[in-house]
Amino acid sequence: MALLSKKDANLILDPLADNNPITIQVLGICSALAITAELKASIVMAVSVLFVMGVGNVVISLMRNIIPSKIRIIVQLVVVATLVIIVDQVLKAFAYELSKTLSVFVGLIITNCIIMGRFEAFALANGTWRSFLDGIGNAAGYGVILVIIGFFRELLGSGTLLGYKVLGDPIAKTGLYAIGYENNGFMLLSPMALIVVGLIIWVQRSRNKALIEEN
Amino acid sequence: MAVNTEKNSYTVIFAVVMVVIVGTLLAFFASSLSGKIKENERLEKQQNILYAMGVNENEDEGSVNFVSTDKVASEFDKYIKEQLVIEGDQITENDEAYLIDLKKQETAAKAGNTRKLPLFIGEKDGEKYYIIPMRGKGLWDAIWGFVALDDTMTVQGVFFDHKGETPGLGANIKQRYFMDDFKGESILDGTEYAGIAVAKGNNDPTNEIKDDNEVDALAGATITGDGLSAMIKESVNLYKSYLETIRTNK
Repeated sequence: MALLSKKDANLILDPLADNNPITIQVLGICSALAITAELKASIVMAVSVLFVMGVGNVVISLMRNIIPSKIRIIVQLVVVATLVIIVDQVLKAFAYELSKTLSVFVGLIITNCIIMGRFEAFALANGTWRSFLDGIGNAAGYGVILVIIGFFRELLGSGTLLGYKVLGDPIAKTGLYAIGYENNGFMLLSPMALIVVGLIIWVQRSRNKALIEEN
Repeated sequence: MAVNTEKNSYTVIFAVVMVVIVGTLLAFFASSLSGKIKENERLEKQQNILYAMGVNENEDEGSVNFVSTDKVASEFDKYIKEQLVIEGDQITENDEAYLIDLKKQETAAKAGNTRKLPLFIGEKDGEKYYIIPMRGKGLWDAIWGFVALDDTMTVQGVFFDHKGETPGLGANIKQRYFMDDFKGESILDGTEYAGIAVAKGNNDPTNEIKDDNEVDALAGATITGDGLSAMIKESVNLYKSYLETIRTNK
């Protein structure tokens, strides 16, 4: 017996590819540009969003029948903010080092439009288990793109991956640098992240023509 | 359920109940964890001060490793010989000087009160280190750190940290390669306390020249770098008269 029915599996798989929150729905772009200069930061952000999305979607889904529609956006905001603050406090008390790495991400998670988007579009109208899968799927789809951007920006911008000098030492001129290779400092700036997002969108749509919108 | 969720009264009650629940929950977390968080912050300060004077557990090249949290209190007592508080002309010893909140002191100074300036004297292998705490502004939020000087006003080590600089750019001020660049630089230009500037037009990326009051900047982090330069200069100038007595009496 399959662990998930086909319909449920699609909730996770769709956002990873054909309905990706970043490349197809163009949500969550702000954090994708801001924090992807390093691979490590991308991974930390992806994991944090995965947690908040999963739990948040479940909470909203449990409350979906009692939330007054007039203030639903505020309720969603309160849920995300509460979750994020609790996570932040617990990390500060029990994993202080990790909480320092997370510093700026905490605020960015609250403002991530994918989270509000999924609460509004999915969790308010669907059951708990399906909402959980949807949250995990969308956060993973977001995370995958973040990691891809982070990988290229760190590799081409600083010549490192997760802080390791994979292309040699640019100052001592070893490895690739010995034959005249230079880091592209422009990769470290946010405009280049947008260009990388554009390239991913291009590759994805040229592989799957069905994704191209008609004008 | 038979409740009409569209009614105004329901909306108001829902909002009130939600706020009460969320408020209680957050207050519970904040108060039950605050002791542990404060303790973590206290130990971190000790780790940072020790790091600036070169007491750390750095092994391989690129990483920054502090003295571990279970040892830091005893190491701090071992290496930090004196903690001074400079208040105008008065200098007093105070074992909790490292807990002085620089931000509060800055506000107090603006209101016209005398500022309490903490200073730590460390000793390692017979060398004396004068460690000055610093605080300034980066691009997004506060940056702070410690600089350890010897009696000729040459930097023996620094530690920088930040609240919310951009990861991969300004946040790199706490990277080992950047902090290590400051070692050996003098904060003096002649007899003036010029600090050390984070310079973009620096023609010395490997930092061979140690008397130019400059280190090489971080790409993409101009404002954080400028903030850091200003922070060092302002902080050492606050301690100018004390440092001058050490330099001339050595």
